[in-house]
Amino acid sequence: MDLTTFFQQLVNGLQLGAIYALIALGYTMVYGIIKLINFAHGDFLMVGAYAVYFFATFIMALTNTVSPIILFILCLIVSLAAGALIAELSNRLAYKPLRYRPRLSALITAVGVSMFLEYFFASLPFIGPSFRAFPDIIKPVSYLVGGVYLNNIQLLDIGLALVLMILLFFIVNRTMTGKAMRAVSQDKDAARLMGINIERTITFTFLIGGALAGAAGILMAMTYPRIFPYMGILPGLKAFVAAVLGGIGSIPGAMLGGFLLGVAEIYATSYNSLLGEGIAFAILILVLLFRPQGLLGEKQSEKV
Amino acid sequence: MRNSSKAFIVLVLVLGLLASVVGCAAPSTPTPTATPTASPTASPTPTPTQPPAKDIIVGVVAPLTGEAATFGKSTQEGAELAALEWNAKGGINGSTIVLKIADDKGDPTEGAAGYTRLIDQEKAVAIVGTVMSKVTLAGAPICQTKKIPMISPTSTNAAVTQVGDFIFRACFIDPFQGTVGAKFAWDNLKVTKAACIFDVGNDYTKGLSEMFRDGFTKLGGTIVGFEAHPTGATDFNAQLTKILASNPELIYISDYYSDVGLITKQARALGYKGFFLGGDGWDSPELVKIGGDAVEGGFFTNHFSKDDTRPEVQAFVKDYTAKFGAAPDALAALAYDAANLMFDAIKRAGSTDGAKIRDAMAAANFKAVSGTIKFDANRNPIKAAVIIEIKGGQQAYKATVEP
Repeated sequence: MDLTTFFQQLVNGLQLGAIYALIALGYTMVYGIIKLINFAHGDFLMVGAYAVYFFATFIMALTNTVSPIILFILCLIVSLAAGALIAELSNRLAYKPLRYRPRLSALITAVGVSMFLEYFFASLPFIGPSFRAFPDIIKPVSYLVGGVYLNNIQLLDIGLALVLMILLFFIVNRTMTGKAMRAVSQDKDAARLMGINIERTITFTFLIGGALAGAAGILMAMTYPRIFPYMGILPGLKAFVAAVLGGIGSIPGAMLGGFLLGVAEIYATSYNSLLGEGIAFAILILVLLFRPQGLLGEKQSEKV
Repeated sequence: MRNSSKAFIVLVLVLGLLASVVGCAAPSTPTPTATPTASPTASPTPTPTQPPAKDIIVGVVAPLTGEAATFGKSTQEGAELAALEWNAKGGINGSTIVLKIADDKGDPTEGAAGYTRLIDQEKAVAIVGTVMSKVTLAGAPICQTKKIPMISPTSTNAAVTQVGDFIFRACFIDPFQGTVGAKFAWDNLKVTKAACIFDVGNDYTKGLSEMFRDGFTKLGGTIVGFEAHPTGATDFNAQLTKILASNPELIYISDYYSDVGLITKQARALGYKGFFLGGDGWDSPELVKIGGDAVEGGFFTNHFSKDDTRPEVQAFVKDYTAKFGAAPDALAALAYDAANLMFDAIKRAGSTDGAKIRDAMAAANFKAVSGTIKFDANRNPIKAAVIIEIKGGQQAYKATVEP
């Protein structure tokens, strides 16, 4: 592989990784707070994408004098809101009643929420189970930089992912709510004793996690403009692997894991087209065998 | 609650779960399980009543939902138009034609269940279907074993008719289609270096790419890339970057329209300036919606062009547009032809016996919308192909290639 191809594949990998990282962040946050692997997270992404689809189609049918940047920002807000909303809804209806029950029940419920979202959306007559073309909010433009082709959508993916991650880092580490989130993830009962409203903190976590999934949804729909109700399954699974790779429960770990997985998948695919699809799950098995706490996670010791 | 009653409830639930899993017809994830409510026709009753002897029931299997949903819609509409026209002229020897439709969702397991349901429960005497070769290959053995004549409108993979003598098709086969594509690339587009990308989990795309590769190499060209992608992939950047490193002048994309849109878009974003060429899987109004400017100037081999000036084609286009509001694509035309061929064979057989219909079909010499159809020894029609160009977001007829 020559140098140009190497860097081109690196860019491809970073773009893919940015999307995985955004989804993995939501997985990791929810796990950190309530020790639940929310399998429905990939489907929050799908809800965000469809919300933007209808909004963008509506706006574009009304007028085409809206500048692409303004339209994108509006669509981003819609996707963040839609993702946050569906996440909190799932929390309220499905996860909260099982908060103090065995973790297995919550896990199975998460799978149930995932399937419900997919098939319900597929059954709605104005959505349907088949592919839909996603409208061009921003026209894709390619730039040639040093032999490598950079796409404006690619740059948007990586850039927006980094911005959202920095924002998240700021929220978690520099605000009182963020402090509460960290406290609840360390020790729920002690946090309650300190006067932290547990349910409010969990709600906030779901809202943020869902919003990130929504952002991943709009980015995915803009990068691969073909949406359908099952679009969140595979990215959700791969992002879960990314979160485990980086250390589930660790926010920097999710970011690292996401980008690493994206790059690994692209390089594996360029070596052998079929290897790429399986590399994510091979990585999962290797991580669980040799370093189950992930790259940046802490070793969980049983407290007697 | 006492432990024993808890255990009892768990046992009942587990047994119930097992029973439902065993009772369902081979469900596959992530596609929905095969429930009759998925198909738009009347759901089968547990004790099917014998239909009145007047009606002739013909089954239609098509991908109404899934990765190639527009194919299914066109197929359904083409078959319906044919049935409508026949019934308006008195049906087959006085009997009304009743179409029963099954959705195969683009999945071989769902398709096999659909075929079985149409034959066993709906009592279809013949089947028109289905579209995707991978699904037809799952259904053909069922029809062959049950001695129900079957004609696929659009399955081009060579293996389909090799299943048995009850299996026919209304379209040309991929060895021909691949060679047509190769000749067009070599003679008309004058390219010497080409690359292929295809869906590894799809018999049609894999077979067609191999046929193109063989044909192109035989003409003297070089295949500089032959990349596969998993079914359902959205990111093709890795494969395309690898292909583009060898500077192909043409990329042969044998996928369905939904993948073609994404592949062409990503290839252009990576700086590719050459030609795109593909097969009949491109034929859909959704192609330009997904691919946009990237597909502009692309070519694909197809069975039918609505710009064909033959009177039977223009009459068909006029009737179809009047009834369904949009011009027909090749899928609709072939379904129309396949249905007509089947109805004509049933009429000439003079009965609904499978073997008699099969014999009548094998002897067909039918002036169809997609060309004159005569079957060779393998029950494949000997027909011409057309090359379509995407010009200004529309399909434009480019050339016809005779076998």
